[in-house]
Amino acid sequence: MIKYFLSKLLTFVPTFFGVTLISFAFIRVLPGDPIIVMAGERGLSDERYAELSAEYGFDRPILVQYWDYLTGVLQGDLGESFVTKKPVWDEFFALFPATLELALCAMVFAVVLGLPAGVIAAVNRGKLFDRTLMSTALVGYSMPIFWWALLLIIVFSGNLGWTPVSGRISLLYYFDTLTGFMLIDSLLSGQDGAFMSAVNHLVLPSIVLGTIPLAVIARQTRSAMLEVLSEDYIRTARAKGLAPVEVNGLHALRNALIPVITVIGLSVGTLMGGAILTETIFSWPGIGKWMLDSIFRRDYPVVQGGLLLIAVFVMIVNLTVDVLYGFINPKIRKR
Amino acid sequence: MALLRIRNLSVDFATASGKFRAVDSMDVTVDRGDILAIVGESGSGKSVSMLAMMGLLPWTATITADEMSFDGIDLRSVTAAQRRKIIGRDMAMIFQEPMSSLNPCFTVGFQIRESLRKHMNMSRRERHQRAIELFEQVGIPEPEKRLGVFPHQMSGGMNQRVMIAMAIACRPRLLIADEPTTALDVTIQAQILELLTGLQRDTGMALILITHDMGVVAETAQRVSVQYAGQKVEEQPVRPLFSTPHHPYTAALLAALPERATSKILPSIPGVVPGQFDRPKGCLFSPRCSKADDRCREIEPENQPEELGRAKCHYPLGVNEPEMAQ
Repeated sequence: MIKYFLSKLLTFVPTFFGVTLISFAFIRVLPGDPIIVMAGERGLSDERYAELSAEYGFDRPILVQYWDYLTGVLQGDLGESFVTKKPVWDEFFALFPATLELALCAMVFAVVLGLPAGVIAAVNRGKLFDRTLMSTALVGYSMPIFWWALLLIIVFSGNLGWTPVSGRISLLYYFDTLTGFMLIDSLLSGQDGAFMSAVNHLVLPSIVLGTIPLAVIARQTRSAMLEVLSEDYIRTARAKGLAPVEVNGLHALRNALIPVITVIGLSVGTLMGGAILTETIFSWPGIGKWMLDSIFRRDYPVVQGGLLLIAVFVMIVNLTVDVLYGFINPKIRKR
Repeated sequence: MALLRIRNLSVDFATASGKFRAVDSMDVTVDRGDILAIVGESGSGKSVSMLAMMGLLPWTATITADEMSFDGIDLRSVTAAQRRKIIGRDMAMIFQEPMSSLNPCFTVGFQIRESLRKHMNMSRRERHQRAIELFEQVGIPEPEKRLGVFPHQMSGGMNQRVMIAMAIACRPRLLIADEPTTALDVTIQAQILELLTGLQRDTGMALILITHDMGVVAETAQRVSVQYAGQKVEEQPVRPLFSTPHHPYTAALLAALPERATSKILPSIPGVVPGQFDRPKGCLFSPRCSKADDRCREIEPENQPEELGRAKCHYPLGVNEPEMAQ
């Protein structure tokens, strides 16, 4: 098991360097010069431009710039934002809990609904529930996120007035940030109604962000279950006199989970991408919105560093998935 | 009273191209402590009939029977929940492929204890003890250690022993073995058969052995039921069946045994079992039967009397010429 873990960890190394290269190159191939963007509408003189260029090191060869960036990264220095002058590292970790909280809630929403839905659909293959669910899943998967978000806002925030439109918590509450997770912080603050307010703010963004993973998980669970249900060992389980709940929920689902776990891991990457859109619509102060703003400002260090940290996070999630995989599938564990 | 009595069992499958009759008016009677072998080629409905009785067929199957009773319980009228109390406990089944019949995600110990947990009122410790006892009974060395391994870590023969241990865990009165040795090496085959007959002797349970291997039948069974294209064509005790088969199909099966071959070329039965679209009129075996005439091809034969093995044939074998007037 430890050997398996280490071999997976080893694949981290080339991916990590690949990501540094891509994130470095990505922002530089975008048209637009950060210095000119910073100068704004008034523009600036050629001398001042050259001065600033030298200050940020843009006048040096591109390979040297990359080398500087890479050595910085390896020492844990991601640079400072051009705009706020704060270290990228600090900004990221101030905002990341908001995104993580949203992503976790979206994932919980997707898994808690998607897994049972997929199982029930597979067991009742071809029946009304199955067909309804699968066509709904297709719609959920193909629907543009921003349109879905606006629709939900109109109905639940506008017409019904059940949920707030944006933000993480009502302005009525104020307390210090301890963990960065609003659900936990609001509980710790001990203020009446703070927790419920945080929950209310989370509902719509979580649903919006979780919709695509929900559809993917439900469909994947269904097809994995269908495959497993025709296996001989399912017949054996039924021949033991086990109830359908035990046959489907234990013997079949345990095997079907192997491919589903992979899909859940992969959805985390999608979730990070989806977070940018969702956070923008709901004014959610997370890294999605931060990244988007930084791209518009051509804030090189933030875009590079942010992309790198997000990539590392996705890599860690996938490593966790690989380890989980080993636990669920004994054939891998004992290799 | 017979332990298991099935009268006129038919199983139809709804397929995209219409109904397919897999089992056609089949009768089975098994007494306590009996060993019945059901013999036939692939696709003759041997397994399907037993799966139908266990309630393990998919929903596309339609099962009809005049009688289907186990130990006085009418299996046609029991609810699914009642049936689940019987199967796995009083009536157990082992399957052809031991490797794929065990769940790869659970240890074999878990899978055995699961049956005990379901049907027997036992504590955790008792279940563990019983699992060890069962492993010893089926001849798995180092039972304590082997309980914790996964199916893919053991050989096919060992897995089949696990399947047998699982099936006999709750001391069933009827064990159905569906081609238990087909997927195994020849040397292992003999061991497994010996194990099954030994267990049958020790526990006094009834055993239904589904097989297409006449050699297996000769070594193990007391009575033999020969099945062809979903129909029972003959049933006899094992010795008379081997000495005087009454149905031409049984005779042809026996002639195909290597040890009975008289020439260098092994005799075989030409053609294949009829499927959904080429079911002949009259006797189902007529297209492949060397003795068939127009009557066979037109009129479906009735079963002959008991002393002729209830052979489903117009011209049963092993009868003196004058008596064959019907």
